[in-house]
Amino acid sequence: MNIRQEFATKGAIRIEHVDKVYHAREGEVQAVADCSLEIRPGEICMIVGPSGCGKTTLLNAIAGFHDITGGAIYLDGELLCGPDRPKAEPGPDRVVVFQNGALFPWKTNLENVAFGPVVQGKMGRKEAEDKARGMMADAGLVGVEHNYPGEVSSGMRRRVEIVRALMNDPKVLLLDEPFRALDSLTKSVMHEALLEIYYKNKVTIFFITHDLEEAIFLGHRVAIMTTRPCRPKKILEVDIPHPRNYSVLTSPRFRELMEETVSAVHEEAVKAFEAGEKEM
Amino acid sequence: MSAVASAAVRPPVKKPGKPWFSHPMVRAMISIAVFIGVWEVAARLNWPWIGQAPAPTKVLDAWIPLLSDQGYWYSWYQSSRRVLSGFLAAMIIGIPFGLAMATSRVFNDVTFPVFEILRPVPPLAWVPAAIIFWPTQELSIGFVIFLGAIYTIMLNVIGGARSIDIRFFQAARSMGSSNWDIFRRIILPAVLPSIIVGMEVGIGITWNVVVAAEMISGGGGAIQSSAGGGLGFFIWNSYIGGSYPLIVVGMISIGIAGYISSAIIRRLGIYVTPWLRLR
Repeated sequence: MNIRQEFATKGAIRIEHVDKVYHAREGEVQAVADCSLEIRPGEICMIVGPSGCGKTTLLNAIAGFHDITGGAIYLDGELLCGPDRPKAEPGPDRVVVFQNGALFPWKTNLENVAFGPVVQGKMGRKEAEDKARGMMADAGLVGVEHNYPGEVSSGMRRRVEIVRALMNDPKVLLLDEPFRALDSLTKSVMHEALLEIYYKNKVTIFFITHDLEEAIFLGHRVAIMTTRPCRPKKILEVDIPHPRNYSVLTSPRFRELMEETVSAVHEEAVKAFEAGEKEM
Repeated sequence: MSAVASAAVRPPVKKPGKPWFSHPMVRAMISIAVFIGVWEVAARLNWPWIGQAPAPTKVLDAWIPLLSDQGYWYSWYQSSRRVLSGFLAAMIIGIPFGLAMATSRVFNDVTFPVFEILRPVPPLAWVPAAIIFWPTQELSIGFVIFLGAIYTIMLNVIGGARSIDIRFFQAARSMGSSNWDIFRRIILPAVLPSIIVGMEVGIGITWNVVVAAEMISGGGGAIQSSAGGGLGFFIWNSYIGGSYPLIVVGMISIGIAGYISSAIIRRLGIYVTPWLRLR
């Protein structure tokens, strides 16, 4: 059903009965409850849910930024976090691209992209920058290498950040609403750019969004999550073949899939709204 | 095609010349000229408050002979040297301390109360203690100047380090950074702008306290005129001697010295934080 998935052998994430309880001022908050989800190697798995539903909590657990209070998460069969080790060790096999971007403003785009291999000691600075230049060129980022992130457009920055993540040769790319702050036109350009990058790199993508259209356009599968506590409510197989481009958006199958899922998403959004959930 | 052609025949848009008043230099000159003018008039007409000050022309009369006086320039040298060494000491001690307080909970809990108790004590109040504490006059003076700068530098470092976006740490960690990498490649550059701000404010304060500090010095020693004790001492001495125009000369000298110091640090700041230039 797609050109990449059958070739990819790494980057399978197994989320098993994960719980996460926060200790907030108003008492204990169950952000994630009994959440199980399998992400296949090399697939783009889209996680859709209302704001504050606990999607990011899940991502933070995989990335190793926060602990979990129950269950376990495995990457390619290896335990990331579980009962005896509540917090995973952050590592270059699972790199995060953040909601509002986290390029280092004091480094040029090229230095940002070269950052990972240099700090890991895998490459010298020169070698890393040569590779970075190549990868940036592949992603259409030519002529901005020596600019600071603050000097280029937000869409450009986001692309630089994705390339920076890919420089680490990760098994999984964790994207936390990376295009949220972009205007819709830039967003559509970024979607195609992301797919293009994806087609060139064997990598699993765990992509959080609350934009259903984005989810169906990009994903092999779309996991629609319940509002807090977070767990999959419905998992949609998107049977539109890859490679895709923007013409997919007007195809009848796309509309059908939208119709099939939009009510499920809306239902959770209403629940979240009524509960007055705030962003965690 | 037609668009290109019409662009070619269209006369170029005439850029209006910059009005003379829009040059910052011109504005600065006018501002200073107006200030001096009002002051001169006020002094001559003997206005109630500002009129008590010696007129700028009188100040100038007192100043011009000083320009060829070795002792006056020696005062510049002395004060600059003291300010610079006190300031450098404040940076050398303040920046690591501030970073340690911002990054280590334990260190912060232990040192913060003492820091907060000492911080409100004005450098002037330290003068007697400084004389007793330190074996030499110069060390006492340097210490008072040091106190003037260190708290501001530390507060800025602490504030800067605490406001670093957590995502920078997370991103760095997930790309495999060690603690040392995080310190060197994230914390240091992220704090640099705050260090510069602290330095800029701090150097201003060192010139503020230079008068108090140089009351310790008690004179110029070997140099002929009493002015050799530093610009701060120069003011104090002129006051005791009853020479009001010379007081003003000293004040303006310190003002100019402070201006130059801040300008140098601003330049330095722009140079070491190139990514901020684009904002």
